[in-house]
Amino acid sequence: MIRLENITWKAPGFVLNEVSFEVPASTYGVLMGKTGTGKTTLLEMICGLRTPVSGRIFLVEVDVTSLSPGQRGIGYVPQDGALFPTMAVREQIGFGLRLQKQPADAILSRVSELAEETRVSHLLDRKPQGLSGGEKQRVALARALIMRPKVLLLDEPLASLDEDTQDDLIALLQRTQQDHGITVLHVTHSRREARTLGQVQLQLENGSVSSHTPG
Amino acid sequence: MNSLRQPFWLCLALITTLYLGFWLAMLAATATYTSLGDMSQVLMSREIRYSTMLSLVTCTVSALLSVIVAVPVAYLMSRRRFSGHSLIDAALDIPIVLPPMVVGICLLIFFQTTAGHYIEKVVPFTYTIAGVILAQFVIAAAFAIRTMRGVFDHLPARPEEVALTLGATRWEAFSQVTLPAARNGMFAAASVAWARSLGEFGPVLVFAGATRMKTEVLPTSVWMAWSVGELEQGVAVSLLMIVISMVVLISVRAMGERI
Repeated sequence: MIRLENITWKAPGFVLNEVSFEVPASTYGVLMGKTGTGKTTLLEMICGLRTPVSGRIFLVEVDVTSLSPGQRGIGYVPQDGALFPTMAVREQIGFGLRLQKQPADAILSRVSELAEETRVSHLLDRKPQGLSGGEKQRVALARALIMRPKVLLLDEPLASLDEDTQDDLIALLQRTQQDHGITVLHVTHSRREARTLGQVQLQLENGSVSSHTPG
Repeated sequence: MNSLRQPFWLCLALITTLYLGFWLAMLAATATYTSLGDMSQVLMSREIRYSTMLSLVTCTVSALLSVIVAVPVAYLMSRRRFSGHSLIDAALDIPIVLPPMVVGICLLIFFQTTAGHYIEKVVPFTYTIAGVILAQFVIAAAFAIRTMRGVFDHLPARPEEVALTLGATRWEAFSQVTLPAARNGMFAAASVAWARSLGEFGPVLVFAGATRMKTEVLPTSVWMAWSVGELEQGVAVSLLMIVISMVVLISVRAMGERI
């Protein structure tokens, strides 16, 4: 479950004015809005990368407003994947577990499992340079899932991908959400993505969010 | 359409050729000014061997110190915005725009203050080898910071933020994600600092002096030879500096490209 209560943010160009919304547990939520309306900022506040001026953020019924990003139990996939530039795909995916100093064989086995699930097993020894946009997003998704997050936050994960790759990733995201039973908040400006993926559709406009659950 | 024969590219190629040609002509003139025999005689003298070794050691130490300081300073200036940011940014460039001699005078005066006296009780700087390193470092670090600032500005912050969401501390995100990506930049900063230190003359002369077999580095050797009319010796040492600079810069660049 993701719940925002009266989140306020002010920045040059836009204001988020007491934004409140909820994405129920194990639901795929899509947040839509035009470019520059504050979608990414809102996502960054849920991640803990920005602190709201006021308001509270709840993830899985826990108030995480003052928690650091690593304590929130989230998986985060930014727009271009933001892969670590010098690490091979295998190291990228295992990064979170390596920080926890988990045994090497446990990391290897979990990396292989996720690589198979996201269909990047053939890329494990490759560096990010030279991977296609779709491959980068698959690796970023596997990396985000390694810590078994309860909440997955996706910032325009399909932007700048061709339609066939988008369809592949849409199917992967749907399968991932169902298999892991996680709550997803997917930020996009595409109505197509919202229609295809969104079990809860949210619209950010003029600094506030309206909610719509498709019948 | 993209041929180098187009007038636009021809003009640019002409400017590049003229600039490089002028440099090569200067180097050729300097190289032919003295004979190989005279040159080797000068370079094998005890004093010049000492100043060569001192230059190599002090430049390496000051380049390393410059990078050690440049990395955190540049990272802070690149990633954070705070009140007084522009002012501090400008202040960091002061050693770049100040006449080097003025930097030497500032160093000398600082070490005459009470704080300076206390520091000198631990490490004596004035007219010592440590002073040579400090005089080189003060200026070289500013160039290293400028180089590293460009490197960090160029590296996106997003991967670090992803690392934070995976449980990394700020230090872990910096050291495991950003720093490895900045390796080539660190080599570039070190080579700029090294080259700058090798040519540093004013602050070294004012702050560390030019005592033979003690604080004499290669630029001071050139100046000392020139000031007493020993042109051949000055030219020989100048040529040696050119060769050392080229060897080090080419090696560092090659190493940087491999990493």
